[in-house]
Amino acid sequence: MSNEVGKITWISGPVVRARGSKNVGMLELVEVGEDRLVGEVIGLKGDQMTVQVYEETAGMQTGAPIYGTGLPLSVELGPGLIQSIYDGVQRPLPLIEEAMGSFINRGARFDSINREKKWKYTPKVKVGDEVKGGVILGVAMETDTFEHRVMLNPDDSGTITWVAAAGEYTVTDPIAKLKMGKEEKTITMLQRWPVRRARPFVNRRGANIPLITGQRILDTFFPVAKGGAAGIPGPFGSGKTVTQHSIAKWADAEVIVYIGCGERGNEMTEVLQEFPHLIDPRSGRPLMERTVLIANTSNMPVAAREASIYTGITIAEYYRDMGYHVALMADSTSRWAEALREVSGRLEEMPAEEGYPAYLAGRLAEFYERAGYVNNLNGSQGSVSIVGAVSPPGGDFSEPVTQHTKRFIRCFWALDKSLASARHFPAINWLDSYSEYLEDVGGWWREQTGKDWLGMRNRAMELLSEESRLSQIVKLVGPDALPFTERMVLETTRLIREGILQQNATEAVDAYSSIEKQIRMLELVLYFHERGMAIVKRGAPINLIHDLPVVDRIIRAKSTVTNEELHKFEEIQKEIDDQMGQLDAEYRS
Amino acid sequence: MSNVTVQGGQEVVGVSRIEGPIMVVEGGTNVSYDEVVEIKDARGNLRRGRVLEVGEGFAVVQVFAGSTGLSIDGTSVRFLGTTLHIPVAEEMLGRIFDGLGTPIDGGPEPLTDRYADVNGQPINPTARIYPRDYIQTGISTIDGVNTLLRGQKLPLFSGAGMPHDQLAAQIVRQATLGKEAGAPQTEGEEFAIVFAAMGVKNDVADYFRRSFTESGALTRVAMFLNLADDPPVERVVTPRAALTLAEYLAYERDMHVLVVLTDMTNYGEALRQISNVRGEVPSRKGYPGYLYSDLASLYERTGRIRTSKGSITQIPILTMPNDDITHPMPDLTGYITEGQIVLGRELNFAGVYPPVAVLPSLSRLMKDGIGKGRTRDDHPRWGAQLYAGYAKTQDVRALASVIGEEELSEVDQKYLKFGRAFEREFVNQSFTENRTIERTLEIGWKLLSMLPKSELTRVNLDEIEKYYKGDDATN
Ligand SMILES: Nc1ncnc2c1ncn2[C@@H]1O[C@H](COP(=O)(O)OP(=O)(O)OP(=O)(O)O)[C@@H](O)[C@H]1O
Ligand SMILES: [Mg+2]
Repeated sequence: MSNEVGKITWISGPVVRARGSKNVGMLELVEVGEDRLVGEVIGLKGDQMTVQVYEETAGMQTGAPIYGTGLPLSVELGPGLIQSIYDGVQRPLPLIEEAMGSFINRGARFDSINREKKWKYTPKVKVGDEVKGGVILGVAMETDTFEHRVMLNPDDSGTITWVAAAGEYTVTDPIAKLKMGKEEKTITMLQRWPVRRARPFVNRRGANIPLITGQRILDTFFPVAKGGAAGIPGPFGSGKTVTQHSIAKWADAEVIVYIGCGERGNEMTEVLQEFPHLIDPRSGRPLMERTVLIANTSNMPVAAREASIYTGITIAEYYRDMGYHVALMADSTSRWAEALREVSGRLEEMPAEEGYPAYLAGRLAEFYERAGYVNNLNGSQGSVSIVGAVSPPGGDFSEPVTQHTKRFIRCFWALDKSLASARHFPAINWLDSYSEYLEDVGGWWREQTGKDWLGMRNRAMELLSEESRLSQIVKLVGPDALPFTERMVLETTRLIREGILQQNATEAVDAYSSIEKQIRMLELVLYFHERGMAIVKRGAPINLIHDLPVVDRIIRAKSTVTNEELHKFEEIQKEIDDQMGQLDAEYRS
Repeated sequence: MSNVTVQGGQEVVGVSRIEGPIMVVEGGTNVSYDEVVEIKDARGNLRRGRVLEVGEGFAVVQVFAGSTGLSIDGTSVRFLGTTLHIPVAEEMLGRIFDGLGTPIDGGPEPLTDRYADVNGQPINPTARIYPRDYIQTGISTIDGVNTLLRGQKLPLFSGAGMPHDQLAAQIVRQATLGKEAGAPQTEGEEFAIVFAAMGVKNDVADYFRRSFTESGALTRVAMFLNLADDPPVERVVTPRAALTLAEYLAYERDMHVLVVLTDMTNYGEALRQISNVRGEVPSRKGYPGYLYSDLASLYERTGRIRTSKGSITQIPILTMPNDDITHPMPDLTGYITEGQIVLGRELNFAGVYPPVAVLPSLSRLMKDGIGKGRTRDDHPRWGAQLYAGYAKTQDVRALASVIGEEELSEVDQKYLKFGRAFEREFVNQSFTENRTIERTLEIGWKLLSMLPKSELTRVNLDEIEKYYKGDDATN
C-alpha cells in the first residue's frame, strides 16, 4: 500500500525534512518513521521534501524512512459520521481510548468510519439510470430519524449497471455498480475526499434565511444568514465558547460540526457528556444525533490542529451536498492560525505581521469561502454556515487574525471584556458588532412573524446608541442633569440590556428563545417606551416610571415566560396599560 | 548524580558550537529528537541536556545547567537514547527535589522502577470526567464567587509584592472536598500536594515549606525546586517533572493532587531566552510563537479521568510584569486555564486580604459545581447578583468622583455603601479564617440586603423572600 519515498535528514518539532522528492506529490499523505506517524508533504525543493507530522515526533531519528501513500490528506465520508468524535485528522477518539487507555499515544491507526456496522439502506436509482457526480443513489438511516443521503462521488458519472436491493449494508458493501466509459466501478456508501479541496456545487444562492440560534442578541440584533459566515472575537473569558456551545445546541441547523481547535480538553468533554442528554427542540431527539465533534485540544500535536479545520469543513460540505443546513463552529481559529505560524517558523519562512506567514490571509479567505447556501450537484439546496471564534492576544482587535477575518465574514460579534466582568452575558458589545445580513433576512422575519422586525430592531439600536451618548453626559454631570425624556431613554435601554440582550446560557428557560418570544419581547419593550415617553412628555417625573412594578416583570420575563407561554406577554402588556394608564390619567389634566 | 543515566549510548567528544545554553554537536548518528544527553566537561563533571533539533550529522542540544565552564574541545556528549524520564513513587511525597527531579534533601533516590516521561501525553477527551466536585477553600472570594473544582486549573494572577504566596498557602492548608451548605462538616479527604518553584527566591520556597510544616502537611508534599540562583534552563523541565509525579499519584494511585506552580512568569522567561538564542521568529514581546502550545502542554495536565478516582487541580501563580494582564504570560495563561483569580493592587494598598479583584476574576467551571445539591440552590444567582452589584458600584464610584457623593441619587448612595461593605466584610478575611459555604452565602445576603429589592434582578423573588433582610420599603 505504501512504499518508501525518502529518508529523514532533519527534525524540529512537528516538521521534518527528508531526502527524496521524486516519488511524492505536494500535499501527499505520508507515513513518517518506523512508527508510521501520519504526515503531509508541505514542501518540495530539489531532492528534498518537507513534511508536517500530525503526531508527536519525540524519539524520531534521522535516517528513518518516509513512506508515500499516493493520496492527499483526506477524510472518510459515509454514514457513521454523526455522533462521532474525532481528532484533527479524523481518528476516532473513542477507539483510541479503547486501544490505548486514557492517554493518546502515537501511531494510532483506525478506520474513521466503522466498517462492521450495518445501515438500513434504500436505493433511489435503478439500473440504466444515467447519473452524474453528487446524485443521490440511496438513503441510509444514520440515526432513527436522520436520513443519510448516499451520493455518487462528485468526480464520477456514468450508467448504473447494478443496484443492491433495499437491506442492511456496511459502508464497504457494494450498493451499486457504475459503468464509466469502459470501466465498471463498484460503489459503496464510503467515499474519501481530500480535505483541502472544497466540494463542488452548481452555484451559490442568495443567503436570505437567518440561522436561528435562540440567542436574542444574535437573532434579533445581529443575525447571520444560513450559509453565512460570522466571527466572534473576544479576550479570554469573554464568552466565545459558551456562545458557540449555545449555537451548537440551539441553532436550527440539521447538522452541527463542532471543531475544538487548540482549546481545552474539559470543554470537549462537556459537549460529549451533555449533548446526548439535551433534546433538540425541533426534532425531539438528543442533540448528539445531529452533531459531529472534532477535538484537537491545545496539548495535542500542533500540525493536526492545522488540519482539524479542514477535516471539519469537508464533513460539513458533505452534509450540505445532501441538501441539509449545516452549521460549523470553530473554536478557535486563532489557534489554527498559530499552528500555521508555528510550522511556518520551523520552516524559517519570511514572517509577515507578528510572525504569521504571509499566506495567513489567503488561508482564512479559503476557509470562510467554504461557507455558502448553494444549489447542489444533485439539485437539492443546502448550506454551510461558519461561526469562527477569534482569540486576539490581549483582547486587541487590531491584531492580524481578527483584522483579516473581518475581511471574509459579514457578521461580527464583538465580545467585550468590561461587559464580561460586569457579568453581562453574552458579553457581545452591541455598538461594536455588526451584521451585513440585516436587509437580506428581513423578508423572512416578516413572513414568519408578520411583524416589522427590522424596523423594531433598528429602533432599539437607535435607543441603544442614544444611551451611549447620554451615558457620556451622565458620567460627567450625573443623571439628574438630563431632561426626563432622555432619562426615559435610559429606562428603556436598561430594559433592552437586562431584559433582552442579557441571556443566561445556563438557565433552562432563558437559554433558548424562540423567534416569537424574541419579537414579543422587543415589541413589549418598545411599547413600554412609547407609553412612557408620552407620559413623561406630559410632565410626569421619571422616577414614577422607574418604580412601576411592571419594570421588574419585563426584566424577568426572559426567564419566567417559557417559549410555550407567550400569552403571558399579553398579561404584561396589560400591566403596562394599567399602570401607565393610571399615570397617564393623573398627568393628562 | 543523575539516576536516569543509562549505561552505554553513543558518545561524541568535542562540540562544534556553544552559545548560551545551546550547543551544536556534530558526528552523532541516529540521534533522536528530544533525546536526553549527558554532558561531561573537561573535569569530568556531568550535566544533562536534551536535543532540540536534529539534522544529518548534527544535533542542537539544550544544556539544562547552562554552558558555563564548557569548552569546544573538552566537552563530550553521550546520547542516552530516550526522552527525559523521572522516577515516580508515592514515597516521593515528603521529599524535596531539584528542578530536574533529583533529590536534594539528603535522602536516597526514590526506590522504584517506575520511570515516566516528563512530557506526559495528552488526555483523550473521551477519557475525561468533567469536573463537578467543588473544593471548599474557606475563602469567600473563591468559594462564593469563583468556586474551584477538583480537576480545574485556576491560576493566581498577581504582581510583585502582593500576597499571592500567602493566598496559595491558605488555599492549600484549608482545601477540603466541599459539602452542601448545612451538611455536617466531616474531616475532608486530604490532598497530596506537588509544589514546583521556578526561579523564585529561596525565602519563597522556605515560606511554603514552613507553611506546609505548620499545617502538618509536609508528609503529603513533594517539592521540586528550581530557585532564582539555579540554572534558568532547568526551569523548563521543573513543572513537567512536578506534573509527571502528580499524574502518577492521581491516575495510578487514586489521590487528589493539588499542584502549585510558581512563578510561571519565570518559566516564560526561560522559554523566551532559549528561543532568542536559537534565533526563532518571535511573536509578541520576544516570546516564541509556540508559547501558547507550550503553556497548554503544562496546564492541560489537569483533570480527572474515568479510570481513576484521583484528580489533579492546578493553581499556577504568576506575577504580571507591570501588573499588565495583557502581557503574553497572563494573557496566554488566561486563554488556557479555566478562569483566573486576579489580585488587585488597590485592595492590597487598602489593607484588604486576600486582595482578590473580584470583577476580573472568574471560575469557568463554577457553574457546574454549585447550586442545588452541591452548595445551595440560590448560589448561582446570588453570585451573579453580587457581581452585578459590585460592578455597578464601580460606575457609581466613578460618578461620585465627578459630581461628589452628596449629589448621588439615594440608590447610588446605597451602592457606595454596599461596595465598601463588600470589600471589608466579604473580600476581606483573615489568613486563618476558614469560612463555611453557608457563612459565605450569609455574608453575601447581608450585603445584598443593603440594596433596594428592585435592584436585585438576578436573584428570583422566592430567594428575596427567603434571604433578604433589608428594610426596603419599595416594592
Ligand atoms: N451566555 C452566557 N451565560 C452565562 N454565562 C456566560 C455566558 N457567556 C459566558 N459566560 C461565562 O463566562 C465564562 C467564560 O466564557 P467562555 O469560556 O465562553 O470564554 P471564552 O471567550 O471562550 O474564553 P477563552 O478564550 O479563554 O476560551 C463562562 O465560564 C461563563 O461563566
Ligand atoms: Mg473558549
